[in-house]
Amino acid sequence: MRRSLTATILVYVAVALFVASILAPVAWLFIMSISDANDLTTIPLRWIPEQPDFSRYARLFSLEEGSAGLTFLSALRNSVIVAVSATAIALAAGIPAAYSFSRYPGRMPLLYAVIVTYMMPPVVLILPLYKVFSALGLLNNVTSLIIVYCTILLPFVTWLMKSGFDSVPVEIEQAASIDGANLFQILTRITLPVAAASTGAAALFALLLAWDEFFYALLYTSDTRAKTLPVAIADFAAGRATDYGLISAVGLLAALPPVLIGFFLQKSLLSGLSAGSVKG
Amino acid sequence: MAPAQQDRTAWLLLTPMISIMVLVTAFPLLNTLWLAFTDASLTGQGYVWQWIGLENFAYILDDSDFRAAVGRTTYFTVLSVSAEVVLGVLVALLLNQEFKGRTLVRALLILPWALPTIVNAVMWRLIYNPEYGSLNALLTQIGLLDAYRSWLGDPATAMNMVILADIWKNYPLIALIALAALQTVPKDLYEAAIMDGANAWTRFWKITLPGIIGSLSVAMVLRAIEAFKVFDIFYVMTRGGPADSTKTVSFFVYQESFTYLRAGSGAAYALTVTAMSGLMISIYVVMLVRREKRS
Repeated sequence: MRRSLTATILVYVAVALFVASILAPVAWLFIMSISDANDLTTIPLRWIPEQPDFSRYARLFSLEEGSAGLTFLSALRNSVIVAVSATAIALAAGIPAAYSFSRYPGRMPLLYAVIVTYMMPPVVLILPLYKVFSALGLLNNVTSLIIVYCTILLPFVTWLMKSGFDSVPVEIEQAASIDGANLFQILTRITLPVAAASTGAAALFALLLAWDEFFYALLYTSDTRAKTLPVAIADFAAGRATDYGLISAVGLLAALPPVLIGFFLQKSLLSGLSAGSVKG
Repeated sequence: MAPAQQDRTAWLLLTPMISIMVLVTAFPLLNTLWLAFTDASLTGQGYVWQWIGLENFAYILDDSDFRAAVGRTTYFTVLSVSAEVVLGVLVALLLNQEFKGRTLVRALLILPWALPTIVNAVMWRLIYNPEYGSLNALLTQIGLLDAYRSWLGDPATAMNMVILADIWKNYPLIALIALAALQTVPKDLYEAAIMDGANAWTRFWKITLPGIIGSLSVAMVLRAIEAFKVFDIFYVMTRGGPADSTKTVSFFVYQESFTYLRAGSGAAYALTVTAMSGLMISIYVVMLVRREKRS
């Protein structure tokens, strides 16, 4: 189909608007992070700061007692520990479950039940979990977050991996089975390597979900020992005499890992999306 | 393998998942169910409680504050999800056209989706800021606004400004899904329609939309379930204010349970909210079952 010149111009104008609408807010966040407070309050606003100031980024990587850097780096550490551990548990329990759903049909209602729990509002679980963690002395401890994130990651991984396994032909497993391989060998040496792409995607999606979680983390943590990045960012933003540049810098740094993972995931993104990772 | 042995293997493989889900989901769920019929408070060790039957639920039926929160949450869900679907389809149609740098431009859709929800909320709060904010600067410099405004401080604008921030983050996902669905619509259908003299408008309604409506409706229901649970973005941008104008149901349960420490009625509110989500969740499960039957 040939397009008229007017149509082509319209397409390019619309694309330019789209690109600007996506990039401008993030660009503004970056500009704030390197601007002096005085530059930002000037009316009319000077959009590009005269003297770019990267000192906030330096401050965020300092470990001085009571500094913003200490808060940021502990939150970063907690976020990494929680996301990686919860993902590992979700994969360890979710892969066999997904394999079972895929290879031994007839238990679909159970899978739907798991999916339903994944979609339930977390408010329905917060009180009992709070009481249990408090009784076990696990409040303000990354362990409690790792446990509670299983409610989100495990159903998701099971679901995503089931469709991953569905696309691995049964025949190759049968060949190995005839050669005398047991179920564990078949799963680890044949099925998982063939389904490596979906396994990788499931792991990355799980990491993103855990990295993004805020509600449970807000309720069950109270200081730098367990607060994750989203909670630390909300704290930075809630302070009275706030340094807006500092908040912007923290936000950008926290966004960097998931955005990089997101671009890396681009190819397998849609399988994950259709499996319900429509987090908002 | 014999059928009985197969069955045993199947359950064995499911055991770790089921045990975890029973411990962290089923048990707390039942506990919440019990709490909702008590007057338990969250203070101190264990619960001090009395069985009060349906009293909490009777109170909820009469609670105009809660009804208002349900109304606000519904407003948020309907408005943001429908705007996300319309914008998502429009952008997908645009990015499906031929133009230079298309792969790169399409990849930009990942950016808002991957940006953490809290970072998105902070970013828009800074953009809307009454003194530092770029929105005020932009609108005054192009002459649309006389004086700087407090977008989130005004009950008349706060909710809609949060919705705008939510749309920016979530419509690219719908666009990605629509874009993928567009690739599955057969090209020869369009050629035949052009031969028959159908214009672009007719082609959209008769060919494109029917071709993508399946994936689109699944995405829409999922988004609606998520939107109804909304908490994070409001916590950062408005804390439910000003004058409760952005207090959603999740915020309501959060305050009842963790600010006023009323575990019993908090649980009852939580169950009520869950029942409302349940309606949308069952629509989604029906969609899944139908899809499974087709394949």
